[in-house]
Amino acid sequence: MSDSARNAVLDSVRKALGRDCELDASIETALDGRLNDSGPHVLPVFDEPPLERFVDKLETVHATTVRVAGVADIAAAIDSYIGAHRLPTNIVVARSALLDNIDWPAAFHVEHRGATVDDVVSVTEALAGIAETGTLVCGSSESHPTSLNFLPENHVVVISESRLYKHMEEVWQELRRLPGGLPRAVNLITGPSKTADVEQTIQYGAHGPRRLHVIIIEQH
Amino acid sequence: MQSVAHEFKAHARRALQDTTLQHALARAKGGFIDQRRTAIEALPEFDELRACAKQIKNHTLAHLDYYLERYEAQVKADGGQVHWARGPEEARRIVIDICRAAGARRITKGKSMVGEEIAINPALEAAGFEAIETDLGEYIIQLAKEPPSHIIAPAVHKTRGEITELFYAHHRSHGINERVSDVASIVNEARSVLREAFVTADVGITGANFLVAQTGSSILVTNEGNGDLTCSLPRVHIVTASIEKVVPTLEDLAVFLRLLGRSATGQEMSSYTSIFTGPKRNADLDGPAEYHVVLLDHGRSAMLGNEFREMLRCIRCGACLNHCPVYGSIGGHSYGWVYSGPMGAVLTPLMVGLREAADLPNACTLNGRCQEVCPMGIPLPTMLRRLRMREFEQNLTGARSRWLLSIWAFLAKRPRLYQTLLRPFVRLLAIGSRGTRRSLPLARGWTQSRDFPTPQGRTFQSLYRARQRKQ
Repeated sequence: MSDSARNAVLDSVRKALGRDCELDASIETALDGRLNDSGPHVLPVFDEPPLERFVDKLETVHATTVRVAGVADIAAAIDSYIGAHRLPTNIVVARSALLDNIDWPAAFHVEHRGATVDDVVSVTEALAGIAETGTLVCGSSESHPTSLNFLPENHVVVISESRLYKHMEEVWQELRRLPGGLPRAVNLITGPSKTADVEQTIQYGAHGPRRLHVIIIEQH
Repeated sequence: MQSVAHEFKAHARRALQDTTLQHALARAKGGFIDQRRTAIEALPEFDELRACAKQIKNHTLAHLDYYLERYEAQVKADGGQVHWARGPEEARRIVIDICRAAGARRITKGKSMVGEEIAINPALEAAGFEAIETDLGEYIIQLAKEPPSHIIAPAVHKTRGEITELFYAHHRSHGINERVSDVASIVNEARSVLREAFVTADVGITGANFLVAQTGSSILVTNEGNGDLTCSLPRVHIVTASIEKVVPTLEDLAVFLRLLGRSATGQEMSSYTSIFTGPKRNADLDGPAEYHVVLLDHGRSAMLGNEFREMLRCIRCGACLNHCPVYGSIGGHSYGWVYSGPMGAVLTPLMVGLREAADLPNACTLNGRCQEVCPMGIPLPTMLRRLRMREFEQNLTGARSRWLLSIWAFLAKRPRLYQTLLRPFVRLLAIGSRGTRRSLPLARGWTQSRDFPTPQGRTFQSLYRARQRKQ
């Protein structure tokens, strides 16, 4: 059945395009070329330095940001975020070379796993950041389960300034170069979860995180 | 859903008198329009992007078989499965078979217009599954047992008071016995009720805003994060998408992403844009073990071969609905099927039949706002006119309209006679009026909601003649 539906749809498409056969070999080569190597089309121009732009855009979409000097300062930044919002110190944390190097305060209970509905704070590292729109790029992996990005009410994302790109097109290049190709899920995150489905009034924390906090490690 | 587009006139009349609906529509309209304008004014490259997107879609549609095959091959290479469906019936059967094979009981759903098109929810329920919409707007209308009234804001017709009552009636089974009426509490209540659904669902079904042939990915754009919870937590992820959703590469995708959010809600980027490629990798701690894509045709390949091909560029942003005076007056339900507003008035007759939806292409003033704001430059008014011509050719135009049209055509071809007959009417209309008339005999329907501007002195033709003489 599935094969006959497949052929029927494709035949119908070909008929509509005025062809009753497969593509001409030369056209196919040209299309293959376009698929394998398509450069960016229109890149919006902006003058601000990427870091300024990134922070600016993130704050516009209701995320909070803090800049730190190095890995040694991350724990303190998270501690003060947790203190300011009176959050529990039980946290779920993704693994990465950077996050594994954090020296957590003694009061913290840190677990490395996927999130459950009971987790309140998650900490992950972004693969990249996009300055144009203030977007964080998170890829799923054994060390970074997707649930960390969506289930807890507070999502804390750590990103090094060196991982900032101007446009998403540069990030695509990086993603395609990853060993194993694209991860199952690449989440481009631009602000906390929100909805305007009740009388067009914006409300944060629809199903995903109510707050998105971004810690940026500045380059020197 | 079963189309009730043939009852358009009755539904539109009722909608105009529904004060609750009018209240909700009035509230929604200005916001969408202002937010879109602000976002577009802040991006000088918008027109360039729009031209580029149009060109990319035209290219893709001209080689659609190639891109669909490449997309399919890539999904399979990543361990996913692709299923093809000629129409809604076939699509429903595919989805139900996957759910049965997975031994599913509870199914969570992200918002999907293709899902609405194939009426997947009632089919799943009839097959014994529990299907739960998780987008807040979709959840609200699922409780109300109504179809969406807007493609991006499905519950835009519902007031806060109505939602309060719906939640009060349906959430008692969740141990909630109080009415909540402020927006924050309503959203929080839905959040807490739906959390359980997310973590206990066996299958998650979402739509796709785009499919990328190069990487075999499906793209999901949301603000709530419900779509991501829907497809990352259950064992099986099913994507329902239509064949025109495919774009060649991620670089092409970038162009569309810059247009979609701005045109829809005035956002530069929605909170979440997710790129899904295949099932979970071996060592992943979460993600579905099975990844299925159902590709639906449902009349699209036919449109590819006729004068409605350009409609296939539509990216479902909703801008044409937000700027349409007809939609703004009668809301989405009047259109009687899944799609509404200008894009719905084109798509519905092509998908459910011109006879069934004959009124839709005529419910348009041809003011052209929809085409102006369409990020894909779709000539919607032209398409509506083409549908009117088809109706005339197929004898679907009413006897009175045909009769009046033939009289008008007779006169229009005889300008002198036309002028002679028209002149007394023009004089009559101008008598005793100060610029406008509140009511007109034989045209009460027209003057009920607006004033008729009366002729101001001489006719255009006589002014023109006088001017020619002077020169």
